[in-house]
Amino acid sequence: MSALAKATITGVGMSDIGRNTNRPAILHLAEAADRALERAGLTRADIDGIATYPGKAENSPGMSPLGTGEVRGALGLQTRWHSAVPDGPAQMAPIMVAAMAVMTGQARHVLCFRALTESSSQTAGRRASIAGAGKAQIGGWMSWLASVGALSASNWAGWMAQRCFHEFGMTREHLGMIAVAERQFACLNPMAVMQKPLTMEDYMAARMISTPLCLFDCDVPIDGAAVVIVSAADAARDCRLPPIRIEAMGSALRSQETWDQRADLTTMGSHDSAADMWARTDIKPHEIDVLGLYDGFSIFVPMWLEALGLCGHGEAKDFIAEGNIAPGGHYPVNTGGGQLSGGRLHGFGLLHEVCLQLWGQAGARQLADPKVGVCGMGGGFIAGSMLLQRD
Amino acid sequence: MLPLPELTAENTAFWTGGERGELMIAFCEDCAHAVHPPQLLCPRCHSQRVSPRAVAGTGTVYTFTVNHQPWIPGMDVPFILAVVDVDGAPGVRVTTRLTGADPQAVRIGQRVRIGFEQSGDVWIPVWHANEGDAA
Repeated sequence: MSALAKATITGVGMSDIGRNTNRPAILHLAEAADRALERAGLTRADIDGIATYPGKAENSPGMSPLGTGEVRGALGLQTRWHSAVPDGPAQMAPIMVAAMAVMTGQARHVLCFRALTESSSQTAGRRASIAGAGKAQIGGWMSWLASVGALSASNWAGWMAQRCFHEFGMTREHLGMIAVAERQFACLNPMAVMQKPLTMEDYMAARMISTPLCLFDCDVPIDGAAVVIVSAADAARDCRLPPIRIEAMGSALRSQETWDQRADLTTMGSHDSAADMWARTDIKPHEIDVLGLYDGFSIFVPMWLEALGLCGHGEAKDFIAEGNIAPGGHYPVNTGGGQLSGGRLHGFGLLHEVCLQLWGQAGARQLADPKVGVCGMGGGFIAGSMLLQRD
Repeated sequence: MLPLPELTAENTAFWTGGERGELMIAFCEDCAHAVHPPQLLCPRCHSQRVSPRAVAGTGTVYTFTVNHQPWIPGMDVPFILAVVDVDGAPGVRVTTRLTGADPQAVRIGQRVRIGFEQSGDVWIPVWHANEGDAA
């Protein structure tokens, strides 16, 4: 493997995301693709691979309205390789398989995408992201949760948060610090959906969703799309921006495919995948300049911080309280506002932001010359970790 | 209406044991490993002799959440969802609603016992707070 040049990211793009846009998913996607291509200095003719997560899915409203076929057709792409990955290292799976595709010569430039229309697809009684919603029967791992009334991932994340509160003395204030910090970043990012400042008082007064998680611990369903272009190292030299090298990836999973059986629910798949990633690089956690950590629920952020070794087990609450992840901190997390305040682009938005930071294109929230970024996607038993370095 | 589990060779004993009031957990007959969710194969010793048997039906709350959001029409809230370490089945947790406890007072470490509610052709387990331990 060491003989192969590492895969790179050469472009990222995001559509004008919003709530209730009532705009077809393919128009969001085309906008994100064109922005990514423009940033990379490529054209649609240069794209010879395409990858997505999870592929077109009808089971939850607006969760994944587009498959690779539709996007290839709509954008007029001539591809040599394509893949949709519903079952892999979380939302990061398509980026990882694209990296493997360019490293093994299957493609030169792979367009990786994620499109969602959860905001405008939801109606009363037809809510997005509900396990088994509307079905009389359900199989697989979700059946063990949905059939007993645990329909929402907020319930499953709530179990983890409650256990962290119990074992470590974590409190709602610690989670509130994450929500407040991400909103501060969002207020510096015109693309973020939430633009109104959020105070700790606002957070503490919010209604409960699934204890100890309140409304502001949950990410925001949106309509939008994001594209990440993964390129072969030699092909990347032709692009407009300095390539961002995928220094290491981790996708290990050492527990069962379910949310409640992992022996220690103060850890999750993130811990396995992050350890796997660090085993493949000489870079150390203290060298990280910017982080994109999955925040479908706020509790995932401290769990990812611990998984990545930025602090010890049970210490993330103090790490956060010291201001490390907030604007001005040593380890800024989700500088675009994350999913809590930027909108739920299922991990792709977090990676998009890390890349903008590494290219110095993050506008009012730009950090001082970051060179090493990390992205951790997924919660519960699914997780993918990726270490990025600007050449 | 909650979706019901699709019955399979692996899970039928679990979802129907409630007809007899029994919490059925799969155990390996060769190495005694408890396997949950149930499988036909033992992941520890690779035996194919895995079969369900009744456990005491008591346990200890490992963690919980109080759900306040009515996710589907007609859902009564709030209710408690508890992840429970099952007595006699090391490493196995059975997750379901917890009744008979005050959502404000439920706590990790609380002792609970199983009951069942029939729904169609399955019996959904429900944890009950032990009397005198309802906190």
